[in-house]
Amino acid sequence: MKKIFSIILLASMFAGGCKPESEFLTVDPTNILNNEQAFNDPALVLSMLANFYNRQSDFSTVKNWESMADFSESFPSQNGGPKSIVERNQWDFGAWSTWDYTLIRELNLFLQRLSAATKLKDDEKKRFAAEGRFLRAYYYFEMVKRMGGVPLVLEPMTWDYKGDPTYLQHARTTEAAMYDFVIAEMQAIRNDLPADVNVKSRASRGAALAMECRAALYAGSIAKYGGLTPSVSLPGGEVGIPVAKAQDYYTKSLAAAQLLITGTAGTYGLYKRNADLSENFAALFYDKVSNPESIFIEDFKLKSGKVHGFTQVNQPRFGAEEEEGGRINPSLNLVQAFEKLDNTFGPLPIKDGAGNPIYYNNQTDIFAGRDARLAGTVMLPGTSFKRRQVDIWAGYVLADGSVITGDDRGSQKTLPGQTQPVQVVGFDGPIHGKEFTAQSGFYLRKYLDPTVGSGSRGTGSEVPFIRYRYAEVLLNAAEAAFELGQTGVAAGYMNQVRERAGLIVPLGAGDINLGRIMHERRAELSFEGHIVFDQKRWRNAHVLWDGVPMNEADLLSNIGSPAKHNTQPYSLWPYKIHHPGSPTHGKWIYRIIKSPLVTGTNRFRLGNYYSFINNDIRSNNPKIVPNPNQD
Amino acid sequence: MKKRFAYILPLLALLAASCKKDNYDPPQARLHGRLVYQGQGIPVEYNQVPFQLYQFGFGKVGPVSNTTFTQEGTFSVLLFEGDYKLTVPNGQGPFLWKKLPDGRPDSIAIKISGDQQLDLEVTPFYMIRNVNMSAASGKVTATFALEKIVNGADGKNVERVNLYINKTAFVSSGGDYSIASSQKNAGAITDPASVSMEVTVPALVPAQSYIFARVGLKLQGVEDMIFSPVTKINL
Repeated sequence: MKKIFSIILLASMFAGGCKPESEFLTVDPTNILNNEQAFNDPALVLSMLANFYNRQSDFSTVKNWESMADFSESFPSQNGGPKSIVERNQWDFGAWSTWDYTLIRELNLFLQRLSAATKLKDDEKKRFAAEGRFLRAYYYFEMVKRMGGVPLVLEPMTWDYKGDPTYLQHARTTEAAMYDFVIAEMQAIRNDLPADVNVKSRASRGAALAMECRAALYAGSIAKYGGLTPSVSLPGGEVGIPVAKAQDYYTKSLAAAQLLITGTAGTYGLYKRNADLSENFAALFYDKVSNPESIFIEDFKLKSGKVHGFTQVNQPRFGAEEEEGGRINPSLNLVQAFEKLDNTFGPLPIKDGAGNPIYYNNQTDIFAGRDARLAGTVMLPGTSFKRRQVDIWAGYVLADGSVITGDDRGSQKTLPGQTQPVQVVGFDGPIHGKEFTAQSGFYLRKYLDPTVGSGSRGTGSEVPFIRYRYAEVLLNAAEAAFELGQTGVAAGYMNQVRERAGLIVPLGAGDINLGRIMHERRAELSFEGHIVFDQKRWRNAHVLWDGVPMNEADLLSNIGSPAKHNTQPYSLWPYKIHHPGSPTHGKWIYRIIKSPLVTGTNRFRLGNYYSFINNDIRSNNPKIVPNPNQD
Repeated sequence: MKKRFAYILPLLALLAASCKKDNYDPPQARLHGRLVYQGQGIPVEYNQVPFQLYQFGFGKVGPVSNTTFTQEGTFSVLLFEGDYKLTVPNGQGPFLWKKLPDGRPDSIAIKISGDQQLDLEVTPFYMIRNVNMSAASGKVTATFALEKIVNGADGKNVERVNLYINKTAFVSSGGDYSIASSQKNAGAITDPASVSMEVTVPALVPAQSYIFARVGLKLQGVEDMIFSPVTKINL
């Protein structure tokens, strides 16, 4: 009896403890949110967007200094690794390629689920949807710049497990259709985005206009200049845009730029807060306090986990906050390309007419009277960073022309006629092959953060990477206006940018030509990820980087000309004169040097105009046609 | 101890045996040849003119070999025995390659079994003929003739000719491939049947008593240059 009772008790306990069998496995997880939960809380939707913002890719970003060091605009000061930039003779066909359809699919899913969400407010939902579409267009724009037309997938695709994947395989659209898509998306969503100058790290109306302006300009110039390289095209239009469309694209670009310039998206303007024009130009990249110039940025924040080490790897080595620095050394090619204040070009005065060296009292004197952006972009010998002067000088030159120098930073030797050893080379170099020193004679200034601690590994820098800024919009507008024959309008926009750089002699309508515009973009936008895409769309890259080694005569002639080839980075080294009793004693001279490490030349092949779509991608989707001129 | 050995020995034996089982023999059939036009070889630039070999039936798209011609215009690959197709991609090389009606490059079907020589007959846009190189008083002088081979709609015009010299037998325009060069643009060529160029030999460090030279011809709208054979010249 007792036994039966206990069995009944046990059985009833089981019965009571169980759910119906049908519900046995339906238990909500405690650590995962389902779609309905996730899309009903604006904070959660924003966190999903944050992930997408984080995954956008840029070429030449502060997160990766190697990507900035190429194209003979600088010398990479590192043993091994990026040093190969100056040792190789050509770019791989796969360079710059990107193919992240995972991101595209997730963005498509995001947009689909967002539109099904029920509990979000209408205005929230609109803005989130606009941001999702902005980010999708941003990535497609990034893809078309590099790969040409790609499959334009706008809905999340799902595998049906039936074994035949052909319905998931999309062919490439035309390059023109990609640009049309980006332009149309920006026009469609811009009114759903806030017209607020202070929204910078999220999509704003200004960012949409800036992207539309840039995309239309790219499409216009590919259409117009595609004829220079007829073999860079595909019969299906996946690469190349018909010349007839150029006018239309330039018109759209100018219109978008003018909407932004006239203030419909908020009052953006050039950054002008510092009377010292060079400092002002440098500050526009590190000043985060309601900077009127930046439009769309990738933001970083101290103590949040999202910081970067750009200052740490590029700070002057002497007195650096970390045992490294000085990676990117801008080349003499770039330095001498900055204009003189009378709007003319010329090499840095090193020798007089008779071939004798010119003696300078101060190291910086040689750079006087040039575009203020020079010292804002490049840390010149004799200038300071974080209130410490950079110590860049290569040695003593004696009366007979011989040089006394050392092979370590700040090494000491005894000069003739003296008894005590003295320092014979700068603590920042330059010394050939000595990493961290200014091997080209210069350090980079742009994007370097003057805040204390920004150069240490533990702290890092919160200087944002600017993806779109007002000066670029002005230059885009100038170029579009020039291509449409409105040279006067173009000159007006360019003069605004130039005036901020101290070039106060205005250009007239007759001075504007494509070479001027190319030069202006190089001076204003160097190290911001424009050079390769600009040269590609002008179909000028194979002229600029033609693979022919440079000599000194080459380097010093045709400065400012768009056809001047630029295949090897040159250096400019300062020397101190040691000639007691002579008036030149203690003065500075400069010499042009080509580093022995520069053994390669940059050659841009026709197949580099669009990146290689690798064989795996093409195996998985036979509808993808390969890009031209590649093997 | 004994017990441990009892395990190790068969294991080692298994490993040794599996090595043989798991590995294929390396490819051993050599396919080699050169680019020719009417029996004359066509030198091209080192590592710039590619050719592709395809083998069908293995599930993936794409060439199995994707390499380039040497600067003498020769090629050589080791292959497994089987059926292959060889082609030169569109727009590559300073010559015309046969095309299919839809514009894709035609291919040559090859059955590989053992060593095989295959000369690829192509039609270059131009030929560099009667090359004569000599050195005197620190200068290298070259005389040659340019003969237009392809006329009509496919024909190309001369953009420039270059005379390159280098310390090693690799001679072309790239960084390591020339120590000096001179250039003549199309406008400066008065008589294509007799072109003369010279280039000053720079100081050779370390010194050597000879130098290699060749002439390159660049055509408008063609990326790859046509070259003359490399000549060794005693200074």
